Amino acid sequence: MASGRPVRWHIAVFLAPAVAVYTALMIIPLFGTLAQSLFNVDGTGQRVFVGLQNFARLFGEALWSRQFWNALGNNAWFFVIHMLVQNPVGVALAALLSSPKLRMAAFYRTAIFIPTILSFVIVGFVWKLILNPNWGIAKGLMGLVGLDGFFVPWLGKEDYALTTLALVSVWQFVGIPMMLIYAALLSIPDEVLEAAEMDGISGWSQFWKIKLPLILPSIGIISILTFVGNFNAFDLIYVTQGALAGPDFSTDILGTFLYRTFFGFQLQLGDPYMGSAIAGAMFGIILIGVSAYLFGIQTRLRRYQF
Amino acid sequence: MSSARTSLGRTVAAHAVLIAYTVIALFPVFVILINSLKTRKAIFGDPLALPLGKSFDLVGYQTVMKQGDFVLYFQNSMTVTVASLFFVLLFGAMAAFALSEYRFRGNTLMGLYLALGIMIPIRLGTVAILEMMVASGLVNTLTALILVYTAQGLPLSVFILSEFMKSVSNDLKNAGRIDGLSEYAIFFRLVLPLVRPAMATVAVFTMIPIWNDLWFPLILASAEQTKTVTLGAQVFIGQFQNDWNALLAALSLAIVPVLVLYLIFSRQLIRGITVGAVK
Repeated sequence: MASGRPVRWHIAVFLAPAVAVYTALMIIPLFGTLAQSLFNVDGTGQRVFVGLQNFARLFGEALWSRQFWNALGNNAWFFVIHMLVQNPVGVALAALLSSPKLRMAAFYRTAIFIPTILSFVIVGFVWKLILNPNWGIAKGLMGLVGLDGFFVPWLGKEDYALTTLALVSVWQFVGIPMMLIYAALLSIPDEVLEAAEMDGISGWSQFWKIKLPLILPSIGIISILTFVGNFNAFDLIYVTQGALAGPDFSTDILGTFLYRTFFGFQLQLGDPYMGSAIAGAMFGIILIGVSAYLFGIQTRLRRYQF
Repeated sequence: MSSARTSLGRTVAAHAVLIAYTVIALFPVFVILINSLKTRKAIFGDPLALPLGKSFDLVGYQTVMKQGDFVLYFQNSMTVTVASLFFVLLFGAMAAFALSEYRFRGNTLMGLYLALGIMIPIRLGTVAILEMMVASGLVNTLTALILVYTAQGLPLSVFILSEFMKSVSNDLKNAGRIDGLSEYAIFFRLVLPLVRPAMATVAVFTMIPIWNDLWFPLILASAEQTKTVTLGAQVFIGQFQNDWNALLAALSLAIVPVLVLYLIFSRQLIRGITVGAVK
């Protein structure tokens, strides 16, 4: 730099606004929250450094740990449903959409993506209405195929509520894996597929043997985005079941637990220090997941250059 | 002959599956829209019937309009979404240009630093963001939301746009330099117009979570003057629990603007993704 070359101020000018806003509102608050999780108040209301005590309480003290492990377990189940339903359905839809000479592909693509653009408030409310036993849409539809005997007010039952909400979330977000996989499938060069046809590989076996290996990196990206999104979810549960994540906390996930702890609800006062500890735990979980993906999976995926 | 028949069968099957899924995707939206135009009796009597003849009624929309606040909520949502989108695209493109165009010390490190935000959700910093906004007096202002959403959208914007900018021809930029254009002119007049499809992709992916967000409006700007449509609809649901006409009308009004924006951008969207980072 100092070797006579003029300082290239324009680089700094180009970078400055983005770096400033991002650092001030994302990085500093994140580390501020992590730092706050190491403090608490003593008997006289003074803020004191307590080290990892908040985390010890969160994981070990019955009052907190029962809620924490419950929320973590529910969150893991929420994620499992997304991985088992949302991503395979998304891949299947994309595979159908990308079949050559399919008419109206643009229409299907646009229509299937529409739930993704709706707000959680709308999604939560409309599914509550549809599943509402008094209004009877779901029951009526099941009656058309003679299954109305199987209708249960799913959102009100502890055993079903979480799975039902996970499926509603899948319904909402299936457009994202569909779009990304669709784009990945389109970017496979025609020569590769033609070569496969020449060797007599077509139809389903072409999908399994040629296309699927080529889109694995995209599936990896989608999985990690799903993981981050799920362990950060809050809105859908909040708008359908409220901050108490009923019935009896059966739909409580880390996001609602964080909200309840930090801001309080009904008779319980908000606790910013334990709230920070929960945010810290969520940060740790997401970090573990992302690192596992980056170092364990992504480096082993073979990438093909065309 | 037989291969033609199997391929016809396959096409029919593909259409059948896609139509079935399209119905699943659109059904709830359809239920809201048709019932928002019906009388209260018709809503409960036959929720799946179309609003024809006697059952047609606009009373829900009249109630919502009389409330008056929804117009304000729309303005707030629009202001926040458009302003954040503007800053995300402008600042994101500037940073992406710096990272993809110039070699300088710390380039890779800076790229990684900015990409960190794709993986770590900004919500985890909420506790500190709220304290910061309280300290600077920005609580219950739209500025607070715009700042947060700009920070939230930047990482993905920088990441996608810098992938695109790498594909802009160097000859073009160098020709501009020989003609005496400044680096700023090259960015604004040559590069920006060429990455428009990518900007559309970033715009859709940035706009949707901002328009629909409930978390930050609830925490940072829940005052009447700064409510967004999403928060307004949530509060409205609480207040008008029994006025289904008004509720369904309010939800329809919240769906329509984002639907229109999406339909405008969707043509560019798939082009943007295809050329983009997820190859």
